Amino acid sequence: MKYLAQIDVMTRKEILDPQGKAVKLGLHNLQMDAIDNVRIGKHITLEVDAETEDQARQTVDSACRQLLANLIMEEYTFTLQPA
Amino acid sequence: MKFGVVVFPGSNCDQDAVDALTLMGQPVVKLWHKDHDLQGCDFILLPGGFAHGDYLRTGAIARFSPIMNEVIAHANRGGYLMGICNGFQVLAEARLVPGVLLRNLSQKYTCKNIYLKPQSSSVLVSAGLDKEQPLKIPIAHGDGRYYADADTLKQLNDNDQVIFRYCDETGAITDAANPNGSLENIAGVANERKNVFGMMPHPERAADPLLGNTDGRLILEQLVTSVLA
Repeated sequence: MKYLAQIDVMTRKEILDPQGKAVKLGLHNLQMDAIDNVRIGKHITLEVDAETEDQARQTVDSACRQLLANLIMEEYTFTLQPA
Repeated sequence: MKFGVVVFPGSNCDQDAVDALTLMGQPVVKLWHKDHDLQGCDFILLPGGFAHGDYLRTGAIARFSPIMNEVIAHANRGGYLMGICNGFQVLAEARLVPGVLLRNLSQKYTCKNIYLKPQSSSVLVSAGLDKEQPLKIPIAHGDGRYYADADTLKQLNDNDQVIFRYCDETGAITDAANPNGSLENIAGVANERKNVFGMMPHPERAADPLLGNTDGRLILEQLVTSVLA
């Protein structure tokens, strides 16, 4: 069975995200002063063949830990659904 | 002592490294990233460039290139391994040196001469250098902001693992002289065992008198002298 994973990789909260900071300034220039804490990350989608959802979850988790995210500087979350 | 320069798809300072080492009379070969043979090299250098297009994160995919199995085994045996610029990023991704390289605070790719102050008295790459003499070395990177958590940073300082810090031309280590927002102006670090070291600036691009700056040669020459000793 094929599963679709939607993965978000974000820079850890304690690390300054200069891109997010610049975008926040842009939003404030649009008078949206109510907006704060803009952070920009990566969205990754991939398909994985697995017997069960649990197996798919393990594969995606392993992919995130080994390559897709660098846990020194990033955190990840993902969702799975049948593809 | 035989030097090996790894060539990844997207490396662009491999020939500069070969030229600089050749200029110093050292035997040097290029090692293709898909090979599994270090060809008997005693000192492995990961050069600058944009290995695998810098996709995902700089160095993240190169870290899994086939030859990295042998490179990591070489380092774990205590063999010398140095990463310059993109090579430093590969070392960080492979966890061969502590910390990571984040996007420059300026969000810009920065290509210019900066000044470096040698720090560590126990890591070969800086041990023999005059600690008071600032060295003019080019940088060329978009992701050079050194980051490590507080515990790691303390360990680096306590264990004399910081090899260079960014300074101004008088040697003062200031925020203004920090080109990328690196923590504590760190431009290069070594691993705990001090056989693996990485730095963002390019000494190999400042080694030939024809290029008008030989400060990089000071670094490489004393490194070669130290490893041959």
